[in-house]
Amino acid sequence: MATKAYQRVYTQLEAITKATVTLKAKGVSNDELAVVAGRLAQVVRTKGDLVTLQIFSGTEGIPTNAEVVFLGTPPTIKVSDQLSGRFFDAYGHPIDGGPEVEGEERQIGGPSVNPYKRRQPSQLIPTGIAGIDLNNTLVSGQKIPFFADPDQPYNQVMADVALRADVDKIILGGMGLSNDDYLFFKHSFEAAGALEKIICFVNTTEEPPVERLLIPDMALTAAEYFAADKNEKVLVLLTDMTLYADALSIVSNRMDQIPSKDSMPGSLYSDLAKIYEKAVQLPTGGSITIIAVTTLNDGDITHAIPDNTGYITEGQLFLRADSDSGKVIIDPFRSLSRLKQLVQNKKTREDHSQVMNASVRLYADAQNAKTKLENGFDLSDYDHRCLEYAKEYATRLLSIDVNIRIEEMLDTAWELFGKYFTPAETSIRQALIDKYWKK
Amino acid sequence: MAKTTGTVTGIVSNLVTVLANGPVAENELCYITTGGTRLMAEVIKVGGKYAQVQVFESTRGLKNGDSVEFEGKMLEITLGPGLLRGVYDGLQNDLTTMEGVFLKRGEYTDPLNRETLWDFVPIAKPGDKVIAADWLGEVKEGWLPHKIMVPFAFKGEYTVKSIVPAGSYTVDKEIAVLTNQDGEDVPVTMTQKWPVKVAVKAYKEKPRPDRIMETGVRVIDSFNPIAEGGTGFIPGPFGCGKTVLQHAIAKQGEADVIVMAACGERANEVVEIFTEFPELIDPHTGRHLMERTTIICNTSNMPVAAREASVYTAMTICEYYRAMGLRCLLLADSTSRWAQALREMSNRMEELPGADAFPVDLSAIISNFYSRAGMVILNNGQRGAVTFIGTVSPAGGNLKEPVTESTKKAARCFYALEQNRADQKRYPAVNPIDSYSKYLEYPEIKHYLDETVEEGWTERIGKAKNIVRRGREANDQINILGDDGVPMSYHETFWKSELIDFCFLQQDAFDDIDALCPIERQKFMLDLILDICDKEFNFTDFEACRNWFKNLINLLRQMNYSPWKSDSFNSYCDQISKMVEDNGN
Repeated sequence: MATKAYQRVYTQLEAITKATVTLKAKGVSNDELAVVAGRLAQVVRTKGDLVTLQIFSGTEGIPTNAEVVFLGTPPTIKVSDQLSGRFFDAYGHPIDGGPEVEGEERQIGGPSVNPYKRRQPSQLIPTGIAGIDLNNTLVSGQKIPFFADPDQPYNQVMADVALRADVDKIILGGMGLSNDDYLFFKHSFEAAGALEKIICFVNTTEEPPVERLLIPDMALTAAEYFAADKNEKVLVLLTDMTLYADALSIVSNRMDQIPSKDSMPGSLYSDLAKIYEKAVQLPTGGSITIIAVTTLNDGDITHAIPDNTGYITEGQLFLRADSDSGKVIIDPFRSLSRLKQLVQNKKTREDHSQVMNASVRLYADAQNAKTKLENGFDLSDYDHRCLEYAKEYATRLLSIDVNIRIEEMLDTAWELFGKYFTPAETSIRQALIDKYWKK
Repeated sequence: MAKTTGTVTGIVSNLVTVLANGPVAENELCYITTGGTRLMAEVIKVGGKYAQVQVFESTRGLKNGDSVEFEGKMLEITLGPGLLRGVYDGLQNDLTTMEGVFLKRGEYTDPLNRETLWDFVPIAKPGDKVIAADWLGEVKEGWLPHKIMVPFAFKGEYTVKSIVPAGSYTVDKEIAVLTNQDGEDVPVTMTQKWPVKVAVKAYKEKPRPDRIMETGVRVIDSFNPIAEGGTGFIPGPFGCGKTVLQHAIAKQGEADVIVMAACGERANEVVEIFTEFPELIDPHTGRHLMERTTIICNTSNMPVAAREASVYTAMTICEYYRAMGLRCLLLADSTSRWAQALREMSNRMEELPGADAFPVDLSAIISNFYSRAGMVILNNGQRGAVTFIGTVSPAGGNLKEPVTESTKKAARCFYALEQNRADQKRYPAVNPIDSYSKYLEYPEIKHYLDETVEEGWTERIGKAKNIVRRGREANDQINILGDDGVPMSYHETFWKSELIDFCFLQQDAFDDIDALCPIERQKFMLDLILDICDKEFNFTDFEACRNWFKNLINLLRQMNYSPWKSDSFNSYCDQISKMVEDNGN
């Protein structure tokens, strides 16, 4: 960040907190960047002469006579095709040893797409995972997070999904990524020979938490370049949004804001929505699809972070360890893809939605039978059949290690219906029973 | 008098402090000029010479010292022919005429097309005495008679001095001249302006609602009907089908005008509306749905401050059409986002917070807004109505939170969406026991249902609800004591409630036939089901009971999927009668 000769230098800080410094300065604009003792900072509040700056890397060791220079612009990123295959830090500086990217300089966190100019998402994204394709079908232009406990293999599933998806660019925004996970993504992408369509913005756990606030906007501004300017299909992976929200609460706390639920800032909903709503199907064919990760605390989705996320995103994919099958499954009850009906039975076979509903309903009956069993009651014949069905359904369809085509998923479901139930017990429409029922 | 001006002295996100050089009013509009762009803002607090304003746009790049111009008026919208089919943002900017894919800051577009010619027919004659909201003439907006009225803001009585003859005019054409009591002439065009935060009260009276607004959704129309001019709200955790239910009501609701306010929700849901609605046909009139629909769209990524404005803008448009003697339906998704916008501002102003950091007057603001709905008798004796249904997104799905509790005090219908039902895919996931409609207690409504559906309909609904309630209790007992630990009658009671649940309460919003169930068909199905519930059956064991009811449920569901009174419908009906005869006493 080179400073320009004519810029005025301030050297008197009025106040310092863990994340912010305050000083007297003139002619400063909102959201503008500054450099405080060599560290990047951004204007978050002005009041009369006093300007409060948020310092991304923290204020440790900053003296009251630190040198402050204002840069006159909000954070920017240079966009061009040169971004492809590169790895950057939260500020957009290369961390892969390559040269700086040349291109058009754009402000990050720019304006939103006019809702009237959006198009309805309609392209299926097959992943081979039946818990997703069969029950929670993904559509390009959708935004959907994985809800997972920290011990679930969410990053692996996300990498699988990304590499199987038919997209032009995959942009990874890593927030508070452990170094091991960062290397995992890097190696997976390399091993798949997909490096040329990958762009990564990474903030690891070794780096200051406030820096990660820049990651989603960096990743999405790059995504908008490829989707809007180049008409490409872009998939953005954001992991882990819980750590992003934690960083938001740190900053709001340092600015003495009144916290709302779970000590999160009152603006959490808007802050998260600004990111997720960048997912879009554009009229020119380009699209941005966002798949994110929100880690949970012991499956608690009522916490403010997953709760607000659920209200913003178009569904969620809930990972759970299943004791019946001994596998990690996509929980059919808590998972949802809100856009699935845009492609089910339209881009997939006509029986898709009815098969999905019947299989989940029967799985719910199995859960009731299981409760009965646990309470020491005798099980009916139907209960026994449900339990057998549930085990096979979890193993052959819900497990995350499944990788088959959607027709095979549907055929498998019909096979299970025929094996364990009568047509009436499935409550499927008669015309479909006539056509697909397996004796 | 010269306009008040000022300069920016402080900025925190979209809350800006302005030092003003003259008088400033609460809720007054102002424009802040920064780098050649004018940003609209609204005064929300005044202290000494300092006004705190909420900016309706991003404040990026704003500087202390930027100049501010106060407008001397509150946020107002333009009313006139051409609002239907419109897609507006929360401040009534026309989103369809904006250039480019991305929204540009400071770009404000005209809500009405000034060139369109409307076929005007006068109603009033020179010499007529008129007051605010009286009809002067009429144009056809699509198929709807759109009345050109004496502007709502006109006080006292006026005499029509002149009115133009029938002909094609633009909205800005001076169509009449009115003379006020002081003898001054006032010209009137086809448009008028109204401040959104003030309720339109230019009508004769606002009686209690006395009829039902049909939605084609069984759990609403039969179990918890909403009145024409009534209020209701749908709280529910995410993923419980709030949006699907609301869209079903929008598609099928028996109303002349539908205004949908997408307030802080997903943009793709709005896209769904304006992609699908132009294709869909209004079941009541046979016209395209879009012809009666206006969308106010302030999605979650659009500026927070305009979220609050968006619900008021939507309500004002409804009140405008109500004054023409039309039935309007306002759907707002979601009022929680609006409450959160209030919380964000209250927080930035460092006000002392109420529960969950919401502002303390939240409850008052919500009930004030709900009270703007209602059925009214116009000055000329005709009826008009605004029915309002809002959704609430309770944090963590917990209904004991300030927005749900405040709304419960204000709205008369409560449609509680339940996580448990949604998990079991029992859609719509409206809890049949906890939900209520206060209108069922109204003698007027009861009378109306006796007349239009069948004598004693409310009692039959009460009976059906009771069967569902007893079924729940029986199920609890079965779960505690086991299948063998309870008498056979418990199983029968439980399965009768399941019959109502599966075949009446549940409804497939994505099925062409099942999605829309007119009240006549609802009555037929409920009568059929209640007749079965009235019978005592003899089952050898609970397993047989379950199987018998499952088969019956299957047949009834197939009936729901079949066209009304079609061959397949009648054939399923016969099969059901036979099944019941074979087993009943």
